[in-house]
Amino acid sequence: MPTYIARRLVQALLILLGVSIITFVLLYFLPADPARMVAGRTASKAQVELVRMQLGLDLPVWEQYGRYLWNLLQGDLGRSYLQRTEVTTLIGARLPASLLLMLGAITCELLIGVTLGAMAGLRRGSAADQTLMVAALVFVSTPQFVTALTLLYIFAYWLGWFPIGGYGQFTHLVLPSITLGLLGGGWYARVTRSSVIEVLRQDFIRTARAKGLDRWRIVSVHILPNAALPVIAMIGIDVGYFMSSIVIVESVFGWPGIGQLTWQAIQQIDIPIIMGVTLVSACAYVLGNLLADLVSPLIDPRIKLR
Amino acid sequence: MSVWRGLLRRPLAMAGLVIAVALVAVAIAAPLIAPYSPYEQFFDGLTLEGAPLPPNERFLFGTDLLGRDLLSRMIYGARTSLIVGLLANGIAVLVGTAVGITAGFLRGVVGAVLMRFTDLVMAFPALILAITIATLRGPSLGLVVLVIALVNWGPIARVVYAETTSLAEREFIAAERAIGANTSRILFRHILPHLLPIIIVWGTLGISTTVLFEALLSYLGVGVQPPNPSWGNIVYDGQSYFQSAPWLVFFPGFAVAALALSINLIGDALRDLLDPTLRGRH
Repeated sequence: MPTYIARRLVQALLILLGVSIITFVLLYFLPADPARMVAGRTASKAQVELVRMQLGLDLPVWEQYGRYLWNLLQGDLGRSYLQRTEVTTLIGARLPASLLLMLGAITCELLIGVTLGAMAGLRRGSAADQTLMVAALVFVSTPQFVTALTLLYIFAYWLGWFPIGGYGQFTHLVLPSITLGLLGGGWYARVTRSSVIEVLRQDFIRTARAKGLDRWRIVSVHILPNAALPVIAMIGIDVGYFMSSIVIVESVFGWPGIGQLTWQAIQQIDIPIIMGVTLVSACAYVLGNLLADLVSPLIDPRIKLR
Repeated sequence: MSVWRGLLRRPLAMAGLVIAVALVAVAIAAPLIAPYSPYEQFFDGLTLEGAPLPPNERFLFGTDLLGRDLLSRMIYGARTSLIVGLLANGIAVLVGTAVGITAGFLRGVVGAVLMRFTDLVMAFPALILAITIATLRGPSLGLVVLVIALVNWGPIARVVYAETTSLAEREFIAAERAIGANTSRILFRHILPHLLPIIIVWGTLGISTTVLFEALLSYLGVGVQPPNPSWGNIVYDGQSYFQSAPWLVFFPGFAVAALALSINLIGDALRDLLDPTLRGRH
């Protein structure tokens, strides 16, 4: 097990290294002139060249990357071109809001997904099962911006229960969390359902029924805890995809997290920030997947980590 | 044939098929069924104050901010969504299958390198990558297709790889080798036909992913560019007015959801019918 984890960590580092190289080279060859952006529209050609030298943008691409990597290894993601602040500071300032949203989203996903999935799995083959699974598929098939705008229209504009957008109070958290929770909840429902069905066919469930345990006790003590592990593994994978989903949701709801930072940085072509959030997001993906893999032998002892 | 009969026996899959076929028909016949041109701005398409019109007898889905007929724009938008979705998905399936088969059949160093590269691509935050490329290069239809294909071939490569490695170990492949069949015969006559079911399933489900992705990019303003209509960019244009003109958001938004849902219904049924590892488990 320790060698497995060590090997996976090395693999993770290699993936992050690869992501950083490809992103760096990609951004280098895209037709945008960062020096011009930093110097400003009105700057003369000489000023632009001066800025280019100061930022080291006149160096060959591999040398620029070498410098970037060297700084990265010391925990320095560089400085934003336009906000003139350390990227680590900017990301650090936005991180709490995004983590809060992630917490809210995962709570909603689990509530929605496990409830729907367990109800459907326990009534496998019934009309209720079919209806619930179609509902889950609807959640999965609806783009986040449509879910977000629909919820805003009904609950913020029409009923006035929640604010249209913003940050700071609990009420601000509800609609963005539900938006993410419905989409993710659809996936969790599908996983939970097959997991519950898998547990239902085990011998110990038949035993529990045979000795006359009441239905609720079988569900709460014997089925759900045993069906939970694939769902827990899924949280790991979910965390990895989270960064992509929050770009949309944070921009619709005006949530001041990393997604909003990313979106602004892309529009302003602020390359150090784009690099930084790409790496943070790849980190989340790699770690999330690692966690999911580490959970799987707990789910099924026959799975051996190699 | 049995697959077809299996689909017929599943009302949900049939519902999905009907919706999908209807939307494809609408897209193909767009010039015939669209009541107006998607680009024409009507003088009576706006109120006296310049606001868009809600759905009415003349404009069934209402008009947009420039006084254009929303229904006609949505009908032409179906073309964009489907073309981008199908093309991008087609490329993703081809690339993914090629990478997966090569890696699974050759294994060794080449296989390891290819699959680690797939891991790498999948670790990229797809949306951030796509938005960045589209923003910096200036969006165009071809670029949108390529970007979506680029970030979506990973999963299918993994599935095909896993399936190919397990096929390559089976006795009938060893038997083929023993009687002296060459690589291309084994690949095309024996491995590929066995992979087809799984490619069909993932290829179908992939359409809904790419359609949703196109809508996302267009919604963020970095996908299909106005005046060309796409369901995503109609929502993007109309969303600032969604309180006073909700039809601008909800009609195209629900159209995207309906298309993705119909494809997912078909794909789910196909998976039940075609994926032997799942047979009888759902």
